[in-house]
This record gives sequence, C-alpha cells and structure tokens, in this order.
Amino acid sequence: MPIIRVFANRMISVLPVLAVVALLAFLLLRLSAGDPASQLAGDNASAASIAAIRARLGLDQPLPVQFLQWCWRLLHGDLGTSIVSGQPVIELIEQRIGPTIAVSITTILLSVVVGVPIGVLAAWKRDGLIDRLATWTSVTGFAVPTFAVGYLWIYLLAMQLGLFPVQGYAPLSDGFGLFLWHLVLPTLTLSLVYIALIARVARTSMLEVLSQDFVRTARAKGLPERVVVFRHALLNAAVPIVSIVGIGIALLIGGVVVTESVFNLPGLGRLTVESVLARDYPVIQGVVIVFGSVYVAINLLVDISYSFFDPRIGYQ
Amino acid sequence: MLKEPNRRALLKTGGAAIAAGMMPRLARAQSGKTIRAVMHAPLRATDPAINTAWTGRNHGLNIYDTLFAIDSDFQIRPQMVETYEVSPDELTHTFHLRSGLKFHDGASVTSGDVIPSLQRWGKRDTMGSRMMSFVAEFKAVDARTFQMVMKAPYGQVLQTLGKPSSIIPFILPARLASQPPEQPIAEFVGSGPFRFVAGEFRPGSRAVYERNADYVPRQEPPDGMAGGKVVKIDRYEWISMPDMQTAANALINREIDFLEVAPHDLLPTLAAAKGVTVADYNPQGFMSVCRMNWLTEPFNRPEIRQAVLYASSQVDWLDAQIGNPEYYQTTAAMFGAGTPLASEVGWNTKPDLARAKDHLKKGGYDGAPVVMLQGTDSPLLFGSSTVTAQKLRGLGMKVDVLTMDWGSILARRVKQDSAAQGGWSMYHYVTTTTELTNPLANTLVDTKGKSSGYPGWPEDAQIESLRDKFALESKPAGQKQIAEAIQARAYDVVTHIPGGQFRQPVSHNSALTGIVRAPAPLFWNVEKTA
Repeated sequence: MPIIRVFANRMISVLPVLAVVALLAFLLLRLSAGDPASQLAGDNASAASIAAIRARLGLDQPLPVQFLQWCWRLLHGDLGTSIVSGQPVIELIEQRIGPTIAVSITTILLSVVVGVPIGVLAAWKRDGLIDRLATWTSVTGFAVPTFAVGYLWIYLLAMQLGLFPVQGYAPLSDGFGLFLWHLVLPTLTLSLVYIALIARVARTSMLEVLSQDFVRTARAKGLPERVVVFRHALLNAAVPIVSIVGIGIALLIGGVVVTESVFNLPGLGRLTVESVLARDYPVIQGVVIVFGSVYVAINLLVDISYSFFDPRIGYQ
Repeated sequence: MLKEPNRRALLKTGGAAIAAGMMPRLARAQSGKTIRAVMHAPLRATDPAINTAWTGRNHGLNIYDTLFAIDSDFQIRPQMVETYEVSPDELTHTFHLRSGLKFHDGASVTSGDVIPSLQRWGKRDTMGSRMMSFVAEFKAVDARTFQMVMKAPYGQVLQTLGKPSSIIPFILPARLASQPPEQPIAEFVGSGPFRFVAGEFRPGSRAVYERNADYVPRQEPPDGMAGGKVVKIDRYEWISMPDMQTAANALINREIDFLEVAPHDLLPTLAAAKGVTVADYNPQGFMSVCRMNWLTEPFNRPEIRQAVLYASSQVDWLDAQIGNPEYYQTTAAMFGAGTPLASEVGWNTKPDLARAKDHLKKGGYDGAPVVMLQGTDSPLLFGSSTVTAQKLRGLGMKVDVLTMDWGSILARRVKQDSAAQGGWSMYHYVTTTTELTNPLANTLVDTKGKSSGYPGWPEDAQIESLRDKFALESKPAGQKQIAEAIQARAYDVVTHIPGGQFRQPVSHNSALTGIVRAPAPLFWNVEKTA
C-alpha cells in the first residue's frame, strides 16, 4: 500500500481519538472546581464584578452551548482566545512551543547517543563490568527525581563553576551558541531518565537478537564483531528502541513541566500549569488538543518507521 | 609566593571564557541599563481596571499616570495635576493639568481624556463608585482644566483620586477609556514614565517596559508613590520564575537584578551572598486575615465568631507563616499598624481560651462542621489555617479542612450556599496593608451584607453608618475617631480577624540604588551602577 494512503488512513483513524480528547478536555475543566471570572477579577472583587465578567466571557451559558461554540471554532482552526490575557491561544502556543521542542529534541538526541551504545555494550558484554555499570546507572536514572538532578547540576555547574546559566532560554534568533548554552543543564537533567530507559530497552532487545541463529551464522561466517553487533544485531533490535524513543519524545513534550520550572524555560508545560491555576479554559483546551495531536503524529511516524528498520513489517 | 592554580579555579576561568564566547547578546543585555526583575507573579491580565490583582496595579503604575499620588507620610500630593481648588461651598473641585503631559502615542493628555477615565474607573472601584455617587457632573472647562461638581460635600475626594492600590484611577486616552469597564483594554497606551513593549509581551512569562523619553516628571524628588518619576534605566524586564530557589540562584549568579518576594527562609542566604542586598522598601508590608462566613452555620452566630476571635493568637499564626519574628509584628490595627488610622482598640491579639469556650457555649454550638478552605499555594496560606483548625478542634469544634489551590478558593468563596451544598465557613489569606488603610477601600469592613458585600458577607448597619460618616469627614482628627469606632464595632461583631502584619523584604543586585520606599514596587529613580 503506498505510504501516502497509509498516512491518510491513519489520519482518518485518529480523528475519533482527537474528538474524545477534545470532549474530555472540555468536560474535565468545566466539572472541576474553579472559575476564571473570579480569578480574573482578583482578590478584592465584588460578586457583581465577577458576575459581569462571567457574562462577558459567556461562562453563564449552558455547557452544551459553550461546547458546541468551541467545537465550531475548532473546526475552523480557531483555538479561541485566552480568557486572562486576551491573546489568541494559537499565539500563546507559538510563543511557548519553542523551548519545549528544543529541550525535547536535545534530550532525545543526547539520550539516544548515550543510551543506545550503553545498552548495546551492556548486552554484548553481558554480566561484565560494563553491564553492571549500565544497570547501576539505569537504576539511578530512574530513582533520582528530576528536580533533584536539576538542582544538583545548577549547584555544581552554574553556581560553583559558573559554566552555564542557572536559568532561562535563548531562542535560536539570539545565536546558536547562546541557544545551546541555555539548554545544556535542562538537557543533562532530563536525559538521565531517558538514557536509563533507552539503555534498558536497547540492552533487552539486543540480548534477544544476539541469541538468535542469524547472529551465530554471521559470526560463523567470520564477520568482524563490530559488523555483527552494529550492522546485523542492532538493526534488528531497533524496533523496540524506536518505539521507546517515540514515546519519549511525546512524553517530553507533554511532561517537562518540572524541568521547565526549575530552569525557568517558558515552555508549554508551564503554560499548561499556569492556565490550569488561572482556569484559563481556552488555553488549557488548546494545549491539550496540541499535545494530543503531537502524540498521535509521533505514534504514526514511529509506526511507519518500523518498516524502514524491518522490511518484513508491512502495512495492509 | 605564587600559588598554583587549583582545578576548580581553572575550570571556573575556562568556563567563564567559554561562556563569554557563547553569550555575547546576553552580556550586552546585562551590562546595559536594563533591570531584570522577578516579581511575585507574572503579568497576564493587563487592564488594571478589570483585574484587581497586584500585578495589574504594578503594570498600571509603569505605563499610566495618576492625577494624585500618596507620599510616604500618607499625604495626597498632585501628580498629573498642577493646581486644584475647591469652591467655598465644597461642591466644585477644579483641577488644572500640568503642561507637557503626553500619551505614548504622542497625543496630549486633556480633560477630555481624564473625565472618561475617571468615569470608567468609578464603575469598577469601591471607593471610586462611592465618590461617583456624590458626583453631579464633570465639566471640561478647557483642554487642561476640568471640574468635578458634587451633589453634596464629600470628604474623601483627594484620598480617592490618590488611592495607592487596586483599583487606581489611571488616566487613559479617551478612545480607550470610553470602552465598557467589563471589556478589557487591548491597547497599552498611557502617559506614564514607562512604555509597554507590546511586541515582547509573553503573558505569564515576560513583560518589557522601556523608558518613556517624552515623560515630563515633576520637579520634586520621589516620595512614596508621589514626586518626580525620573526613569534612570533604559529598560525593565518583568520576568516570571515559578521556582523561588531558581530565582534566588539566578540573583546570586547576577542573571537577574531584582527579586520581589523571596521566601523568608531564603532571605539569610541571599543576605549573605556577595553582591546581593536584602532590604525592605514597603514599610506597611502585608497583613494576614482570617475571614468567616456570616451566612452559614456555625459562624452565622456572633457568639461563635467571637469564640474564634478569643481562641486566636497572632503569634501562632505568624510563626506558622513567617517563622522569623524579625519580619513580623502583632497588631490589632485593622487599618494597618503605622498608618494614620492605626489603633489597637478591640483586641489584644492574644488567646483567651476560657473566654472562647464561654462564648462557644453562649452561641449554642451544636457540632456544625467548620468547612475551612485551605490554600496550598504558599506557607502564607496553609500555615495559618493549619493553626486555626487545631485551635478550633481544641475548643471542641468539628473542622473539615478542604485543601485546594488559591484559584479554587476564589471560586468557592463567592458561593453563599450552606457548607453542605458547596459553600464554606472560613478561610485565611494575605493582603497588602495598603489595601486596608482607608475604611472605604478596606473590603474587610464592608458590611453591606449578602446583596453587595464581599465574601464573608458581614452585615452591620452601625458600621455602614460610620463608613458613610467617614466619607463625609474631611478632617484627619475626625476621620481617626470614626475609624476607631469602626474598628471597635468590627471586633464586636467580628467582621474578620487580623492575623498580624509582616514585612517582605526585596532582594536585589547591590548595584541598584535609589529604590523608592513605597507600598508597590516602583522602578523610577532606580539606577544600575554596574
């Protein structure tokens, strides 16, 4: 089946998923405690002021009416306007998506570059020193909370050695050096757990492949061990690794809020938390839709990439 | 003898060299006359007439100007106004604007801008709406002169026009001021000492202001919120930083210049850091408050509210909230210790448990649960409510503590239903003392009740009558006497319980000088010397 048709079919099949995401995002917010009008009016607002703001925002209308209005705008590509700042939600997301994507990409790159070789070496030298070190590193990576790692890096590399800034984000337009310089500590912080995850999956997958007959045959043919491990075994072990990398990217884009807070990165995670605290419904709904779309898109790309690593996988 | 360089020093030097190579733009930004300030909360809503939060007020103080302003002695001084007169019958107030006042779009500020600005604000602000109820009409005499004609003499005209906190009567261009007060303004044009850089505004993350080169400051030196607003920096960046530990580290590392609200337990570390100054520029500070709901069981009975008052201890609350006595003081003053209307009548701030139990018995407490809304956002919110819950349980009361974020409290506290139907009985919060200094602006002694009052909805005709009297009184001695009577009555009926006052020092780069002592963070007169 041509790849474009596969793509089109998958896109159609994810529409109901996105519809459910939209409905849940809308209902969960409306049914939870809180009121954007009272937030917007502030601590000293009177009941009359709050009621006037509710009316202006249309929050006094029945829920089905509010939902249908939002869906209608969504179908026209309009994510709405922030209740609090009055800015279009799409603009707010555009302003905040840069740091989140940047730190997600650098984290995944570092995690793959470090995690895959560790996993491969650990499997190749099973039960040896490298394997034990890899296992120990993985356990540490999973066990230590991200914020604790972040503060440790800040203390050592920013406060004591002055190598990197404590916080902040510089967009690419400020220069590539400055951009990378601000991403080093968040990337080191976030990648620890992903290195652990990828190394574990790579090790397990490689162990399974290395025990298979074709590897024994390759070795019997006299191929160099480097070729056996990296060309034959690793390529065959790639599918689970690619899956976990894909899930990792999706998790990172939606789940870096702690790191964004510790390093003061003005990303989507912080926008979500700020909007939840302010009960800024349109922004939360918009961000959830974006997260849902990104998740679905990455899963789709990962699915399609399987056939690249393993031609036996086809799409019907 | 020369010392061998150690590894750490080498790393530092190397790191600094690498860093310097990679950060040319940042270095330029830091070295210029730019102040990077982390404030207590980020700016999101920008219309100071819609949002009564301090962020809206602080934003407004940067870009708008006011007719009058309050100085450090609580005296109201002219700001945009050059001169003003009151007619002998005290009914006509005539104001002459200073020459050279211009909005950021280059248009002159005229009476035609001032009048709709006051009318819009008067529909939103408590003190403003009270004054407007006395206003018969506004007259624009000429471009720089306008009159406010009253129906009856009103004693609080200048205090109202020069009020220092939300909602401040800022002056906007007529085209913006004529918008309905519920409709937020989306164009940021004022006549204040800073211009808002709208293109760099990232709601919740960053707001940027630049010096307004066309601003004509008054000749007097700055004094509180009054006097000459001379801007000595080029740019001021209001940055959001959700993690206070990170903000403190950033200040020590010279990545930011100003940290408005560092937690009190971080202040010793900051004070000891090289190049960081910890100082208090807000003399009145903040006040902790315990508010009870007059509409629902059990606090619909005055004796039970009094029982809570007599069980309360400001020291216990403040210890839980602040911890360090260096930063707090106990006071019964409902209008703020150290302010012109300060008085200690009504309560000694210490617990009297025998009296509390006696009142509880007199009130016929029948085991109705106290539904306490406990904010989790900050120790300032949850510390005091934890103490109160324990005190009330000690008295024999049943207490259900509902923990939630401040946003949920704001939504729930407006519900007038019984506790069982989603209402509430009690919550603690913190406010700036500046908000409380005038009985007309102080919403805690607003006792208009269920129909038009504020959450808690106390209703007391005697206090309302005293507030009306205060509004008409123009002499300070008379005002003080009335305020004292309001406070005494407010303690009798227990409109609320003041939880004591505390200071929140600012931490800043020691290179900043000239910071003005005022009830709000101000960035005029501030210089960055390095």
